[in-house]
Amino acid sequence: MSKNLTKTVLPNGLQVLLKEIHTAPLISSWIWYRVGSRDEVQGRTGISHWVEHMQFKGTPEFPASVLDKSISRDGGVWNAFTYLDWTTYFETMPADKIDLGLRLEADRMVNSNFDPEEVTSERTVVISEREGNENEPLFLLGEAIQGAAFRVHSYHHEVIGDLPDLQSMDRDDLFQHYQNYYVPNNAVLAVAGDFETQSMQSRIEELYGSIPKREQHPYPARQEPDQRGEIRLSVEGPGETAYVQAAYRSPAAAHPDFFPLTVLDSLLAGPSNLNMFSGGISNKTSRLYRALVEKELAVGVRGGMQATIDPFLYSITMTIHPQRQPEEALNVLDDEIKKLHDEVVSADAVARAIKQAKALFAYGSENITNQAFWMGYAEMFADYDWFQTYLEKLAEVTPQEIQRVAREYLVERSRVVGIFVPDGKEAV
Amino acid sequence: MAMHNTSPIVQSLPGSDDINRTVLPNGIVVLSRTNFNSPSVVISGYITAGSIFDPEEKLGLADFVAAALMRGTKRNTFLEIYNKLESVGASLGFRASTHSAGFSGRSLSEDLPLVLSLLGEILQQPLFLDEYVERLRSQLLTGLAIRGQDTAEMASLTFDQILFDGHPYSLPSDGWPETIKMITRDDLVNFHQSVYGPVGMVISIVGAVDQEQAAEQVYDVLGNWQKEGQIQPGELPTLEPLEETIIRHYEIPGKSQSDVVIGTTAPMRKSDDFLPASLGNSILGQFGLMGRIGDVVRERSGLAYYAYSSLSAGIGPGSWEVSAGVNPGNIEKAQNLIVDELKRFVDQGISLEELADSQANFIGRLPLSLETNAGVANALINIERYELGLEYYRQYPGKVLAVTPEDVLITARKYINPDLLAVATAGSSVSI
Repeated sequence: MSKNLTKTVLPNGLQVLLKEIHTAPLISSWIWYRVGSRDEVQGRTGISHWVEHMQFKGTPEFPASVLDKSISRDGGVWNAFTYLDWTTYFETMPADKIDLGLRLEADRMVNSNFDPEEVTSERTVVISEREGNENEPLFLLGEAIQGAAFRVHSYHHEVIGDLPDLQSMDRDDLFQHYQNYYVPNNAVLAVAGDFETQSMQSRIEELYGSIPKREQHPYPARQEPDQRGEIRLSVEGPGETAYVQAAYRSPAAAHPDFFPLTVLDSLLAGPSNLNMFSGGISNKTSRLYRALVEKELAVGVRGGMQATIDPFLYSITMTIHPQRQPEEALNVLDDEIKKLHDEVVSADAVARAIKQAKALFAYGSENITNQAFWMGYAEMFADYDWFQTYLEKLAEVTPQEIQRVAREYLVERSRVVGIFVPDGKEAV
Repeated sequence: MAMHNTSPIVQSLPGSDDINRTVLPNGIVVLSRTNFNSPSVVISGYITAGSIFDPEEKLGLADFVAAALMRGTKRNTFLEIYNKLESVGASLGFRASTHSAGFSGRSLSEDLPLVLSLLGEILQQPLFLDEYVERLRSQLLTGLAIRGQDTAEMASLTFDQILFDGHPYSLPSDGWPETIKMITRDDLVNFHQSVYGPVGMVISIVGAVDQEQAAEQVYDVLGNWQKEGQIQPGELPTLEPLEETIIRHYEIPGKSQSDVVIGTTAPMRKSDDFLPASLGNSILGQFGLMGRIGDVVRERSGLAYYAYSSLSAGIGPGSWEVSAGVNPGNIEKAQNLIVDELKRFVDQGISLEELADSQANFIGRLPLSLETNAGVANALINIERYELGLEYYRQYPGKVLAVTPEDVLITARKYINPDLLAVATAGSSVSI
């Protein structure tokens, strides 16, 4: 992956990252705001995600009906995502059409309508999105685990928000949130693709340079106190299939321990894929697959590392074999983790994890959207250097460090174990 | 829209001068295209070994075979196969559908010989050991139990049962729990023995490898594959059209959201009606934020997070579906809005402006859809499967621009009759 990146900060505080990639006549532009569910208080949960929805409802210059069609007409794709730490909007377009995406994002950074009628209509859309999520056992389980793992920190709730808040928030709440966080000094613009840096930089300055910087009143995240003992919970719901999720504390992405834990994850459950636009690989030779699926205690297992600003969770999810009990699978998980505590892994295992990461990087670099994604994404929890030196940092991981982080993070006293208990009712 | 075949964007698309098409002596068709922009390679392809061959009481057999192929060969155990792949961050997988068993994989270019070599032995020498058959059966049954709880999947499956009643397309290629339980190891062996073979097999390879060398590498691992008496798919039966609107509900207790699928048949992929139908579908439920359907059901009524239409066109008759996820209490309201939109679509047709928008979108998005190796590999497979011709993607802009609003209207009326629809819902009949 090339390293020809230009990074500047405009006088209004907007961070701009540009990277020329001339492999296809395409440009992908991403605007990132440092706001997500981490910045929400009780009573306003889900507000960042709802504001993201409202950003598609138009401005005086780009009314919703025009907005919808403009990008599609030019053969582009666009979308938006809200997560724990950030909200992002992207357009990937034929190179000669990207100006539309740049203008549109500059415009809706400050001019979105937040029409009260649109707020009313979108309320039911967001509730419908939540209802769709609630159909999924793993959403219900994940929500309960997050709630139990974070009593103090705002990672407590799901990005979609809690139903009572979705029912009660009003237009002014949303608009205030928008005004507070959608400011150039809280944003990163990352553009990659088939352009010339100088002219792209000038155009960005022209479009975004005059947007005034504004003082922000961010909600300060509260540090989660140490957990003093394992938490177990269960969630009941429809279906025949049981799931177990064990959520361990994981370090912030910028913490040095993130890398040994990444190698550990690769070894234990198969490599987590942080690319947003490129699939992962199978995990059938991972320790947990062999111990759980090959031994017929589970029919599937996967691990999940997340890159976050504050310490979050490393989750191992097991889909339980129909003839087995969740506890049996959990015992095997504990045995495997004990092995990691007791025995130093081989240097080969580390080399293997690095090769896997290298391949995933190569797959991700096939597509410009994914490359532009990384430029902004890495800035949300660290900086682009984090991404550029990722493979080097993995290569520095030693077997002893893996043992150390296993002992430090994969411990019972600070984990939450959730079991989805199916009610056994079959559909008809 | 001024876009001609001489434009640089169109010239960058796959065409006869940069796609290598080789037919091996045993019938395997290899399509390859070089792309050195990233150090990775994608392989994609299929064998004519789909669920169309499944006995009804053993539905899911083709899918079972596809899933079991990688569980050990004469040369490598299950673990050895995956150890070789995963150690280098490569992947390979098989999945059956109605007409074929498809496969796809990818790796760093340096590991392509490894992936192809595994592909060769997996296709020719699978063992289907008892131990793995039973383990896999549990996994498949769990997958079906999860499917049975998925409102979108069950609405779609119920829709197929209504629309394709009496036709193989009414049957789910992953089978039913009771049919999966009936399948024996001998069934897997016999299916593989009689149906898998080089005739009808297509493989595409795209990425950081010389395209001629890619074809040679396929020859090295599959060039000697011969299968006497390989059974070929027969003619599809004729589909009987619906005689009335049929509404069917699949009850899944305890779900907070229901899914609804409403629709009718669509043209085959090879039909001249495909492109007008496809452009019409874009206007109906894709363009912008899910087209007219999205506008009415989501934007104006706030009834659903997703509401869109889709066209599924393949070897046989296709389906033209409108799908939405709604609160159980709003199903009827959403259904009425969707049927009203279908009526408007066939009564009034589309405007020139709407068509121009979708035409611009179809042409403009080509470079994006063909950006990745997987995108190109998939395009090459479509070229072969539907006999589109190697110049198809370069001629595509002209074909798209030739479609008129009248073509779209005629096609819409030919396939969509708002009084003869398949309507399927899945979820809880009582609101949670």
